[in-house]
Order: sequence, then C-alpha cells, then structure tokens
Amino acid sequence: MFESMLKYQDQMWQSIGETFVMVGISVGAALLLGLPLGTLLYFCRKGQLYENRSLSLILNSIVNVVRSFPFLLLVVALIPFTRLVVGTAIGTLAATVPLSIVAIAYYSRLVEQSLLEVPRGTIEAALSMGASRLGVIFKFLYVEARSGLVLGLTASTISFISFSTVMGVVGGGGVGDFAIRYGYQRFETEVMIYAILVMIVLVQLIQFTGSTLARLLDKR
Amino acid sequence: MDNVSLEVKTGAIHGIIGASGAGKSTLLRLINLLERPDMGTVTVDGKLLTELPDKELRQQRQRIGMIFQQFNLVGNATVSRNVAIPLELAGVPRAGRIKRVQECLQFVGLADKANHYPAQLSGGQRQRVAIARALANNPKLLLCDEPTSALDPGTTADILGVLRHINDSLGVTVVIVTHELDVVRSICSEVSVMESGRMVDFFSRDEAGFLPPGSHSGSYRERITGRTGEPYV
Repeated sequence: MFESMLKYQDQMWQSIGETFVMVGISVGAALLLGLPLGTLLYFCRKGQLYENRSLSLILNSIVNVVRSFPFLLLVVALIPFTRLVVGTAIGTLAATVPLSIVAIAYYSRLVEQSLLEVPRGTIEAALSMGASRLGVIFKFLYVEARSGLVLGLTASTISFISFSTVMGVVGGGGVGDFAIRYGYQRFETEVMIYAILVMIVLVQLIQFTGSTLARLLDKR
Repeated sequence: MDNVSLEVKTGAIHGIIGASGAGKSTLLRLINLLERPDMGTVTVDGKLLTELPDKELRQQRQRIGMIFQQFNLVGNATVSRNVAIPLELAGVPRAGRIKRVQECLQFVGLADKANHYPAQLSGGQRQRVAIARALANNPKLLLCDEPTSALDPGTTADILGVLRHINDSLGVTVVIVTHELDVVRSICSEVSVMESGRMVDFFSRDEAGFLPPGSHSGSYRERITGRTGEPYV
C-alpha cells in the first residue's frame, strides 16, 4: 500500500484539492443561499410568522424536485445552465454548479428543521420587544438554532463529499473519481482502498469538527 | 373573545383573572398587538396602536415590556446579552447599552450573574432576567403573562415583590394575567374577571378591599374580597 501511496502521491493531492474546491464552493452556496431559502421555507409555513401558502407551495416544490432527481441525471440536465454560468460544462469548476444547486436545496431543508425547533415563545418575546424581521432572524432565531444549523451543515458537507465522487462524469475529478479511475478501473485495489481511507479520514474530521463546534455553541 | 372593554389606570397593578381558556392571555396579547383584534381599538399611553403602521408599532412595543410564564429568554445568550438585545433593537449605542444592562441587572439583584447562561439559573432567577430585559427600554407598561405559574410559592412571592417594587419606584403600570388568587390578593390594585371570552366582573382594592392570601369559595369577587357584589356587566 505504501508503494502505491508514494506512486500516486501527486495525483492524490490534486484529487483532494479538487474535492475541496467542489465541496467548499457548494458549502459556500449552501450558506449563502440555502440558509435564506430555509429561513423563507420556515417563515412561510402554516402557522408561522409570515404564513404564505402559495409561496410555500412553490418553494417546497422546487426543493423537492431538486432533491428527488437522481444526482447524476441532475448533473446532465443542468449542463446547459452550467455552460451559461461558467462557460463550460466540463471540469472541476463546472462540477460545482449542479453540486451547489443540490447543496442549496439540501441545506435549506435542514435549516427549516432546525428553525422549527426554536420555541414559539422566543419569537413571541422578540416581537413583544418590537424586533423587526431581520431582528427576529439574527438576534433570536439563528442564535437559538445555531447548534442545529452547524450540525445540519456538517451533515450536508458530508453528503456533498459523497455527491462529489460521481463528478468524474463531467471531468470534475476529486478523490472519488481518483478511486474509481486509478483503483477500480485499473484493478489497483490498493489504490482504491487508499483513496477510500482518505475519504474516511476526511469525513471523520468534518464530523468531529462539526459535532464539537455544535456542542460548544449550545448553551441551552 | 367577544365585546371586551378594558381600561387600565396609569400606575395601577391590574390583575386579569379567570379559568384556563377564558381568554386572559389573548386579552393581554391584544394590548401590544401580538394578537390583532378583528374589530375594535387598542390605545396605550394615548397612542392608538391599532392605527399605527408597522414601524411605529414596533417602536411603541419597545416601550411596552412583557414577561412570560416560560420566561422565553434566549438560551444561547448570556444574561447580560439577553438584557442588551432590546436595547440593540431600540438602537441604543454600545456604551449606553452596557450601562443600562448593569442598571437593570442591579435592579433585579442579578448583577453577579451577568455572564451566566439562563440554563445555569433557577426559575426565579430566570424570571428576574426576563424582568430586567423587559425594563431595559424604560417601559411605561409591563405586561405579565402568568409570570409566577411556573414558580414555587417562595419564588412567587419574591417575583411579586420585584413587580411591586417596579410599580412603586419606577411608576410602571403593570398588567398581570394569572389564575392564582394569591397573586391578585397580594399585589393587584384592581381586578378584571374573565369567563369564556367575556369580561364578567371588575373591582378595585379601594372600593372592595382584598382579603389576605388563603383559600375561599364562591365567585372570584367573593374569594378575593370576601364579599358578594353586583357583577359588572
């Protein structure tokens, strides 16, 4: 195993780099767009502050459609859109487009769930103090839900890593692609195991960091 | 709720009593428009709240404190941060906030707990934090929704003492919703009785005199004043 680790060291580092780019950008998209989308999903729900049945229906349908697509087919279906955004449908950067779209839909659900766990009384207290919408969101909702939001992002990140492994089909690269091409397809089982071990370590690290952070943030 | 009219005198401690589901909490929430009436108006301190646009309503709410049965503190924020939030919402600059948080915590006797989290405090201490938070913006009116129902008798007396102190020394008008007779007997200056969404009785300490805490039978008026009387329309 050490031999193959040495032999493919450069490729492995490059693959790890590609995985980081793909997952990093999709985590960014999840935070930047998935968090507001999830917050909107929460507020539009029946019985919530800005209950809005039609908006709720539209947003829920979009999120569900994106999430029900077999991921590989979503990648293919989004090729024209990807071309529009990054100019090409091939390569690591192009791979981040479908990955980010799934990331936004996926994380928004988890955000909605975390926010639902904030007691209604907390929102009521916020309103009684004359908090504006943004005040309710940033000074109450996100503060109370923060450990859930972190755990959700942790679980999402790990899913994105898993999703990123099939990005080889559009030349996205990454550790998963490396395992398939060098390990599986060339019958170099050791290389495959090596790549899988790298993924395991990666996932463990992310989960450990996320769980620890969530625990430290939770003062309730 | 049906055709309810309530007038609270400035400087009073007004109790709203009644069985569960009588509409007491709804009535209280109507005062700061957490609940919007289908018909009718709400006036606080000369301002017709039901006519105000959103932004001005929020500003008025900043001058109306509210405390709750379950305290409703922000669990992930320290005691001092909890008290600072309403000041931030009102746009008080940082230096002013720090000073005011100090004052409010001193007032409720929790200055030494400033950096604790609510989970580290007892129920009575949490309600004191909630009171400090409600007082932060110098409200003229303090709304209390079953403020002592989650507390044991000793702590209840303690919190009622704080509320009376607020009324005496700061001149804040207090409205208390409760189902506990002893709360009304010990601190209220006037009482409204609610029953299935209607106001069925009203009397004040001046006119009827209240009994000391203890148990009695009969209507709320009899149990609180020891006398029967003509029910208020």
